[in-house]
Parts: sequence; C-alpha cells; structure tokens
Amino acid sequence: MSESTVRIEEIKPPSSDVGMIGWVRHHLFNGVFNSIATIVIFGFLIKIIPDFIQWAFIDSVWFTSGKECHAAQGACWSVITQNIRFNIFGYYPFEEQWRPLVAMIILISMLVYSRDWNRWNKMLGYAWALSLFIMGVLMKGGLFGLVPVESTKWSGLPLTLLLSFFGILMSYPLGVVLALGRQSRMPVIKAFSVVYIEIIRGVPLITLLFMSSVMFPLFLPEGVTIDKVLRAQVAIILFTAAYIAEVVRGGLQAMDKGQYEAAESLGLNYFQMMRLIILPQALKIVIPPTVGILISAFKDTSLVVIIALYDILNTTKSILTDPEWTGFSTEAYIFIAMIYYICCFSMSQYSRRIEKQLEYKHTPTQGP
Amino acid sequence: MASDQHNYSKTYFWNDQKTRAILYQIITAIAVAWLGYYLISNVQQNMERQSIASGFGFLQKEAAFEIGESLIEYSAADTYGRALLVGVFNTLKVAFVGMILTTILGTIIGVFTLSSNWLISKLGRMYVEVFQNIPVLLQLFFFYALFYETFPAPRQALNPITGVYITNRGIDFPVPAPHPAWSAMLWAFAAALVITWLVNRWSVKRQERSGQQFPMFWTGLAILVGLPAIVWALFGAPLAMDVPELKGFNFQGGRNISPEFSALLIGLVLYTASFIAQIVRAGIQSISHGQTEAAMSIGLKPGQVLKLIIFPQALRVIVPPLTSQLLNLTKNSSLAVAIGYPDFVQVAGTTINQTGQAVEGVALMMLVYLTFSLLTSAFMNWYNKKIKIVER
Repeated sequence: MSESTVRIEEIKPPSSDVGMIGWVRHHLFNGVFNSIATIVIFGFLIKIIPDFIQWAFIDSVWFTSGKECHAAQGACWSVITQNIRFNIFGYYPFEEQWRPLVAMIILISMLVYSRDWNRWNKMLGYAWALSLFIMGVLMKGGLFGLVPVESTKWSGLPLTLLLSFFGILMSYPLGVVLALGRQSRMPVIKAFSVVYIEIIRGVPLITLLFMSSVMFPLFLPEGVTIDKVLRAQVAIILFTAAYIAEVVRGGLQAMDKGQYEAAESLGLNYFQMMRLIILPQALKIVIPPTVGILISAFKDTSLVVIIALYDILNTTKSILTDPEWTGFSTEAYIFIAMIYYICCFSMSQYSRRIEKQLEYKHTPTQGP
Repeated sequence: MASDQHNYSKTYFWNDQKTRAILYQIITAIAVAWLGYYLISNVQQNMERQSIASGFGFLQKEAAFEIGESLIEYSAADTYGRALLVGVFNTLKVAFVGMILTTILGTIIGVFTLSSNWLISKLGRMYVEVFQNIPVLLQLFFFYALFYETFPAPRQALNPITGVYITNRGIDFPVPAPHPAWSAMLWAFAAALVITWLVNRWSVKRQERSGQQFPMFWTGLAILVGLPAIVWALFGAPLAMDVPELKGFNFQGGRNISPEFSALLIGLVLYTASFIAQIVRAGIQSISHGQTEAAMSIGLKPGQVLKLIIFPQALRVIVPPLTSQLLNLTKNSSLAVAIGYPDFVQVAGTTINQTGQAVEGVALMMLVYLTFSLLTSAFMNWYNKKIKIVER
C-alpha cells in the first residue's frame, strides 16, 4: 500500500513542466524561434512601457491651464478635463446641458435594461416609445417650459449617439426589406433592389454625405428645407441598409429549402411565411456579421466631421484649434478613441449575450 | 364537368397571385419613376433659379486652384478635367500602395494571432481588438497630428537611417541619381520576369512528365536579381545617389513623401490590416488538422505542408472577404479629404464649391468609385476562379 503511494509520487511530472515555469516553457520558450521572439519582444516592451508610464502618469498634468501644460514634460490630460463639457456637449447651450445628459442617461439605461431577451415584451416597447418621446422633448425643448434648442446646436456625444442609434434602428428593417426584395421572384422589384444595393455598396459613405449636404437641397421644391442633421441621418441610414441587406441575404440563402416548402404546405402566405418561419431563423444565424455592420455604422458616424457637423470627434478637433490647447492632439484623441472603443466593445458584448439567449435549446424530453 | 371546373377556379383577379405580382411591380415602377421625375424636375427648377449651369461643360474650363501633389504635370491654369484626373491618380496611388502593404501586414498579424508563443498571439489579438474598434477617421487625424505636432522641424530632423529624414514636412529619403543604367535595369528586370515564367512552365512540365524536381525558387531568384545586376555592371556600376540635404528651411534633393500621404497611408493600412488579420486567421483555422497530418504522413516537410497543402486551401476561404476589405480600403481612402491629401473626393469637392455644380460633381464621385469597385471585384473574381477547387 505504502509502496504504491511512493510510486505515484515518483511519476509526477518534472517541476520544470508544470506550474509557473512549465507554463513559461510551453508558451514562451518552445523552440528556438519562439525563444528569440520572446526575448526581442520583452526587450522592446521594457524599453517602451516605462517611458509611456512616465509620460502618461508620472510627468503628466491633469487639472491645469493650457500654459502650465506647455511647460509640463509629460502628457497634458488637462486638455480633456478643462474642456470636458464642450467636448461632450459641444454647442448645446451651456445652462441647458443637463438635458442631453439626462437624455443620454435614459438611452443608456434603457439599452442596459433591454440586454436581456426575456424582458422584450409589449411593456418594454411602450417604455421605449415613452423614453424616445422624453428624449426628443429634452433635446429639442419647446414643451413643458423647456427652452427650444435648434438642431444645429446639437453636438458632441449626444449627436454621435443620436446618429448611430437611429441609424441602426432604421437601417435594419430597411435592410431586411431590401434583402427580401433582392430574393423576390418579381423581376422589377428584384432589379430595383439589386441596383440600389450594388450602387450604395460601391461608393464611399462620404459621397452620400456630400450628396446630403450639397446636392439634396437641390432635390427639394422651393422653400422646403430639411435640417442638416436629419439629412446626414438619412444618408447614414440609406448607406447602412445596403450592407445589412447583403448580410441578411446570406442568411436567407443559408436557409434550407425545406423550410420554405414546409411553410407553404401549411398554407401560409408570403408575409406569414417570412414573418413566422424564415426571418426568425435567418436573422438569427446572421447576428455576428450584422453586428459587425452595425459597429461599422457606429464608427462611420464620425464621418459627419467632413460635412461640418459637430459630433464628438469634431468638438475635439475644435478644442485643439484653440491656441491654448494646440499641440495636445495625442492626449485628446486617445480619450476619444477610448470612448469609441468602449462603445464598440459593449456593442459586441451586447450582441453576444442576445445571441446566446436566442440559441435554440433542445428541451430534454421526459424519460419514462 | 368543364364548366364546373371553370366555376371552381374562378377567382377575383386581385386574389390571383400572378396578377397581383404584376400589379405590385407596376405600382413600384410607377412610384420610382414618379419619384425620379419629381426630383429631377425640382433640380432643374432650382438650378435655373440659382442660375447654375448644368452639364459637364465645366470640365473644359480653367480650374484656377493648385494641387499639393500630383503624379502628372498640373498647374492652376489647367482644366477642371485635368485636376480631377490628378485626383484620380492620387487616389489610385494611395489605394494601390495601401492594398499591398495592408495585405502583407494583415497576413503577418493573422499568423501572429495563431502563434504558439503566448506573447506574440496576445499582442496580435490586442492589435486587432484596438485598431478594429477605433474609427479610421480618428486614426487618420491621430497620425496626421503626429506628423505636424510631434515630429520636429527640418532643422532638428529625426534621422533613423542614414539619408532618411523624418520631419513635420514628411519623410525625405535618397533616390539613385538619374543615369541611363536605371531604365536599362528596369527592362532587364522585365525580361527576367518573362524568362522566369518560361523556365517555371518548363520545370512544371518536366516534373509532370518525369517526376524530377527543379530548384525553381533559387533559379528564379538568381535570374530576377542576376540579370539586372549584370546590366548594372555593364553600364559601369553607377553608385551616385540623390541625397536629401538641408538647405535653408527645408530639404532639397532626394524624394519627399508628404505628411498627408504618409498619415493617410499609415492610418488606412493599420486599420484595414486588423480586419485582414482576422480573415487570415479564420482562413487558416478553417483547414482541419487532418490535412496537416495527412500531408506529414506522405512525407512532406513542414514548409511544404504549409505551401502545398494548407495555404492553397486557406486561400479559397480568404480571398472573397479579403476582396471586400481591399475595396473598403479604396473607399476609405476618400477620407483623405479630412486631412488635406488631394485625392479625387477632395478635388471634386473643390470643384463643386467653385462651380456650384453639385449634381455633376457628386455623380462623378460615385461613378469613379463604382468603377474602382467593379474593376477590383472583377480582378478578384478572376483570381478566385483561378484558385477555385477543381472537382472531378
């Protein structure tokens, strides 16, 4: 008995193969090439990281004026802290900036609440309608004694969120309709959808934004004007919808033909078939690429800089043109990059969660 | 009996699927046509009222604006047409160089993310995660600011390699001084390409016939390097270089890459490479491990396994999404307008501002990018067909 225990101890792996050392040997120094690469990378990191920490934290200044910043050795984070309100809210009237703040908080808390698929019911729909209304009133004003604010004053983070939220919300259904149109048996509808999708996908978003800003006013009859934010919003929606359509088409094509036949044999008409059988399955399998498109759409809202709308990227740029703060682009852009990164990252996490909840679970059949 | 059947199948025409389909299509066509007519008539009225000329006559008029950099000769006295052509070439330049660099960088990082070295794969993944989630426009601004804020004035130029200077005016580097040998070497290289291709064809045929292998890689390399080198030696081996030198406030001589072009290229390449890295990784992972084992078991060396078995198969998965990423790079190059690189969109934008002919300007923009897209996808489709699996 005691002999066997001894034997078990004897066949333990060598200490260089397990634990910390084993891990290092297997993951960092397995082979000549990998060992050299590890050493080179370590050397590089040791050279870079202390310098970066020195610049970003030790020598940095956080709450000073621009003048002291120019004197400082390290990073000037003051460019963010001193201008945070303009950076986030832009040209929205200073005393009224609590309104977009509240609107953003409502939007984010609604999004956070909706992350759970089980909570998606009629009540949530009403809650969304109500909160969208409240957000609209808060932004625009003119009701309940709020001072009206022109949409040309909307800027900063609220504008970015507005453009991306409605861009995503409206382009998705339009994209699905276009995808169905492209799969349609009716030649005219199919042709229109194909031409639309291919043209939009062949040109950069910038051309559409240019169209919305310089060409669109010519399209309207005399005296009618549509405000600039709305026009940019429409361009973003039209652009994103074409990409969504292609992704959804992939899902529709991946559906088994038997599904269509089964639905038809049940006597469902086209709309019932699509709504009840095909789309729920097709849209579910294309969630990952769809989210990719939506994240792109979110990032692409930054392009409105080019048609002189003041989204969060453009407010940052205009801070940097102030002589007091020129020269601190690196710090300001790092801050904005972090905001974008956090938003994109949460979007992909959000979708992963919903995808997981939608996964078809085989309910275990009760045994005898 | 017949009348019974007739009665049975009698339905109102709006309940008949075929009739309804035709009706829907007619309605859609009419709606689209009406919308088109409405918009066009509005445009005509508006242009008449604002007395904007229509048509493409402006292309022959004098542009009267300068363009910072150009591949063809251009001055402000030239026409709008030529200015737009300059823009097209500038877009092609950044797109072409960008496509090559981003494919190489993306492939390297994609392979890195699969490395067995923990540090390399983590860094690769981090790169993908960070660069994918930051808008490309922000990255362009960042790199452009790096040039004009962080890099020094020409007098304190950074000098990483002898002869190469990095300043806030861009990158200056030496080029060989003009000499007839260079063009002769170019021809020699072209001839070497043809010869290599012929030798390769011969060696493949011989291997198919007799099974004898031929060291094609080394032979090809020798021809490609050797032939131009011989020509160079025959011309007396010219070594003179045109080196950039600091004169007054800026560098003279050598070649300069403008900060706008550099920032645009760096931003586009780094951003697109993060997407390509993921595509390459997915492509390599899609090849089952059985393929490697089978290849090993018939006695192929690891290098051969990668070259003959894994890579050709992975390529089929990689090429279609790669195409769309390279197209994205071309389309994103239009963001040049934001940092002042004179690409097609920027020149067209200036043209619109000066002439007021927005409709024609935007239509030209769309046309040019549609042409780029169609050409790129035509080429990639051809390539995809070439590497497609040949089934029995």
